[in-house]
Amino acid sequence: MSGEIPQSLKYTKEHEWARIEGNRVVVGVTAHAQEALGDVVYVELPKVGATLTAGGQFGVIESTKAVSDLFSPLSGKVVKVNDALTGNPQTINSDPYGAGWICELEPSDSKELAGLMDAAAYGKLLQNS
Amino acid sequence: MSLNWKYQESFADRHIGPDEKELQGMLKALGVGSLDELIDQTVPAAIRSKEPLKLAASQPQSEHDALAYLETLASKNQLFRSFIGMGYYDTQVPNVILRNILQNPGWYTQYTPYQAEIAQGRLEALLNYQTMVIELTGMEVANASLLDEGTSAAEAMALALHSKGEGSGGAFFVSEGCHPQTIDVLRTRAQPLGVEVVVGDHRTVDLGAKKFFGALVQYPATDGVVHDYRAFGEKVHAANGLFVVATDLLALTLLTPPGELGADVAVGSAQRFGVPMGYGGPHAAFFATKNAYTRVMPGRIIGVSEDAQGRRALRMALQTREQHIRREKATSNICTAQVLLAIMASMYAVYHGPRGLKAIAERVHGLTVLLARGLTKLGYGANYDNVFDTLRVEAAPPHIRTILAAAEAKGMNFRRIDERAIGLSLDEATRPSDVEAILAVFAGAKPLGFTLDELGKDLKSTLPEGLRRSTPFLTHPVFNSYHSETEMLRYIRRLESRDLSLTHSMIPLGSCTMKLNATAEMIPVTWPQFGKLHPFAPSSQAAGYKVLFEQLEQMLANITGFAGVSLQPNAGSQGEYAGLLVIRAYQQSRGQGHRDVCLIPSSAHGTNPATAVMAGYRVVVVKCDESGNIDVADLRARAEEHKDKLAALMVTYPSTHGVFEEEIKEICSIVHERGGQVYMDGANLNAQVGLTSPSAIGADVCHINLHKTFCIPHGGGGPGMGPICVASHLVKFLPGHPVISTGGSEGIGAVSAAPWGSASILVISWMYIAMMGAEGLTKATKLAILNANYIAERLQEHYPVLYRGKRGRVAHECIVDLRHLKKTAGVEVEDVAKRLMDYGFHAPTVSFPVAGTLMIEPTESESKAEVDRLCDALIAIREEIREIEDGRAPKDNNVLKNAPHTARVITAPEWNRPYSREKAAYPAPWVQDHKFWPTVGRLNNVLGDRKLVCSCPPIEDYMTPEPSKSAVA
Repeated sequence: MSGEIPQSLKYTKEHEWARIEGNRVVVGVTAHAQEALGDVVYVELPKVGATLTAGGQFGVIESTKAVSDLFSPLSGKVVKVNDALTGNPQTINSDPYGAGWICELEPSDSKELAGLMDAAAYGKLLQNS
Repeated sequence: MSLNWKYQESFADRHIGPDEKELQGMLKALGVGSLDELIDQTVPAAIRSKEPLKLAASQPQSEHDALAYLETLASKNQLFRSFIGMGYYDTQVPNVILRNILQNPGWYTQYTPYQAEIAQGRLEALLNYQTMVIELTGMEVANASLLDEGTSAAEAMALALHSKGEGSGGAFFVSEGCHPQTIDVLRTRAQPLGVEVVVGDHRTVDLGAKKFFGALVQYPATDGVVHDYRAFGEKVHAANGLFVVATDLLALTLLTPPGELGADVAVGSAQRFGVPMGYGGPHAAFFATKNAYTRVMPGRIIGVSEDAQGRRALRMALQTREQHIRREKATSNICTAQVLLAIMASMYAVYHGPRGLKAIAERVHGLTVLLARGLTKLGYGANYDNVFDTLRVEAAPPHIRTILAAAEAKGMNFRRIDERAIGLSLDEATRPSDVEAILAVFAGAKPLGFTLDELGKDLKSTLPEGLRRSTPFLTHPVFNSYHSETEMLRYIRRLESRDLSLTHSMIPLGSCTMKLNATAEMIPVTWPQFGKLHPFAPSSQAAGYKVLFEQLEQMLANITGFAGVSLQPNAGSQGEYAGLLVIRAYQQSRGQGHRDVCLIPSSAHGTNPATAVMAGYRVVVVKCDESGNIDVADLRARAEEHKDKLAALMVTYPSTHGVFEEEIKEICSIVHERGGQVYMDGANLNAQVGLTSPSAIGADVCHINLHKTFCIPHGGGGPGMGPICVASHLVKFLPGHPVISTGGSEGIGAVSAAPWGSASILVISWMYIAMMGAEGLTKATKLAILNANYIAERLQEHYPVLYRGKRGRVAHECIVDLRHLKKTAGVEVEDVAKRLMDYGFHAPTVSFPVAGTLMIEPTESESKAEVDRLCDALIAIREEIREIEDGRAPKDNNVLKNAPHTARVITAPEWNRPYSREKAAYPAPWVQDHKFWPTVGRLNNVLGDRKLVCSCPPIEDYMTPEPSKSAVA
């Protein structure tokens, strides 16, 4: 598969990850997602200040093969977006869990965290897909 | 020696590739005794036509007889001088372009440039088109053409809705100064999206009154006035709307471009750049916008990238935005564009250059100012100051009638705007004598009392200073180098030689039906009696066209088994859209307007779901089973689940998997029993003609890609035509037109700008059907099926052939599976596609409908000899793959991974590859005899999509393209 699945992150079945950092949550796509997409050529980022709902579409990611919607793991307000992706979308391929992050949220409902998968559950999902 | 003095040559024998001997050879290879035995094994008995196909003419016509008959029809069309305007203008096609592009199969027989390495010529011409549009409109990015101006305006509205609106609903302002057909096409498009189109005066509209997400104005307006839209643009922006300007390329050589007036989108038609009016088409429309909207721009975009050797190379960029991939999330269903016509328009600009274009525009404008002076002198005073080429002349109603009648008596068509006003549009073909003739009509019985020379003394433009163009345009060398005919001819030929067309070898694209476009079919297209008619000329002047339409409609009705036909839709995608709108109108008429679910099989072409959404439907996907057929149980479950909401099923037949599904009648019944209608996508109609029909399978409406089954050439990505045929209960809903009366009694609005779409190319399909006759058409279908089954038979030992019918037969195409080769040799479908170029072939359809496969459609026009060459090439490539599998060739450095091989690579001083130059470039015997060299190596797709450059940059900048500033607003 796509190597290690970081233990510290939470996952969605749409292959987004969420990293909790105090009262903020950083969001990106998993190594599996970038591998399936192939060379990423463009990312449509959400706007800072936008309100996202858990499971709702918040952006688009394009590769030479496919266009996929991005779904928010949690509800909340966008406080930061990774502008560096505009010029270098390939960062999502090279460092999906690090420099390839997409946006940072201020979650509005911490209970939603319970709805996300941990690394073990996500690993199982990948095995079964 | 007995003499057959009744011998008649048969066109069908020229159209159909295999002769009797080849036919027998193929039957033998398939182990069947006769062609009919094969057909019985292929087409389910339940849907076979009971009677042979019948056409009105009992006998096929020879090429010469058919042409002679068409000449009599053509002579019934009357060529009046047209001053109607409204987006269609007479133009002088440069003869070097007419003969070497429009009449040249080296330019008109290619498909869309998916295989960029063997399409660099077209791609360059299209990049020129984009550059021309960008510079003349003052916008930042342009696509490589849309179907017509009305469609382009509707696409702009959809883009505005997508980026500024809330997905559906809201209002879109349209200036009453827009062409009436544009307004009607917008209204048709707006209705299913829940959008309110508000038509009014841009100077007085209150944009705060409703939730406006955008506005469209015409520049110059349909009545000729050149408004300064700067202030209005600001108002639109202040209301958070998108500002769209429909405009005219020739006028823009003199006028401040829309980009400098604050436009977010500029649309229009490139017709008057050397493309005949053709009684409505085909012509290329344009669509230009700002970088911010690149990713949501409809249509195809040509971009600059590099090849494997790092050299500049062109390709279609951002293809993932297309509906093939986006499906129901796509904002547009546009596929086929108007490539051939866009190329003609771009070549017109190359030929004339910026100075030549400006000189033409100044003549047109000058004659208009002259005419205005004359009219004023004759007492038809008005404010004619802010005009480019069109005047609105007012008079009392009886007088208007007299003038119109007098003009017609003199062989001239004026525009009747309403009972009190006449429109006069001048164009490239207008000469001083025409101005004199117009003035004479207005003077009536009286002499003019002045000469044109007196009138034209110190003639000056009356355009206001603020609307005169100051920005240079078309400064790139390509628009400033080829003005002599010698240079122009060589430029056209140079580009042509880079493209593989049907003049070289078969183009086996599955689902595209790349059959012969016979010369006799093409000849009438460029006859002036078909080409020089304005689409809104009085119908009494188009009597020849009228007969042609009636006959063609009857032919298509007989072939499909349906009762009514609309020739209006300008492409397959537009046919789908029109067909679904007809179903929508039918459902509404029986009080079932709430039905909004459209069932679509997962195997459908991506255009189907994109169209369904445009028609206001919700898409519910139906599964396919393991053998690629619609999963009938799932269909029944979905239909039952949505039975109160079920509006339609969209189904392709034979399926996109190239199989005649046995259950098709049951599938249609399941939908009908629950109140739905069945739309049949006609992409694969070439497997049906004469053997079965859309009506026989149980459909209610279908579109026909005339550019597939009925021989209109693909033109390298357009023109196309997508007429729809409907069962009797739907006839009254066929699309109408706001200017020319056509369509059903309760017809939906116009789906295309012209009443009969691209009327002038309908002669091609007419010629084909007339020359083939019913028997010839049926034989063609059988041969198309035979060729495909023969290929499946020859290749199955070498590659798995996916999907077959119940009795082991494919329809008119077959899918070859390459997916396992990735594991065994690291080879992907793209590698095989590119390697085929070294063998002199265009690849079959890549990764549709199944990723990692090739879909091959030979058509009936390819001989066994050519089909064998293609099979030999694919078999030889399989052996090359075996070398990798066996470890005899490295996985990352072999003839496939490095394909295609250019002459530059082969003749480079160093050669350090583990295979010979000979093997790279001359892998098969026929290549020794006739080698087609790809001009560039494998395209870098990633680079081109990351850093989009879609106009001609300065030559020295080609290698360091500017990063795009794309971000969707």
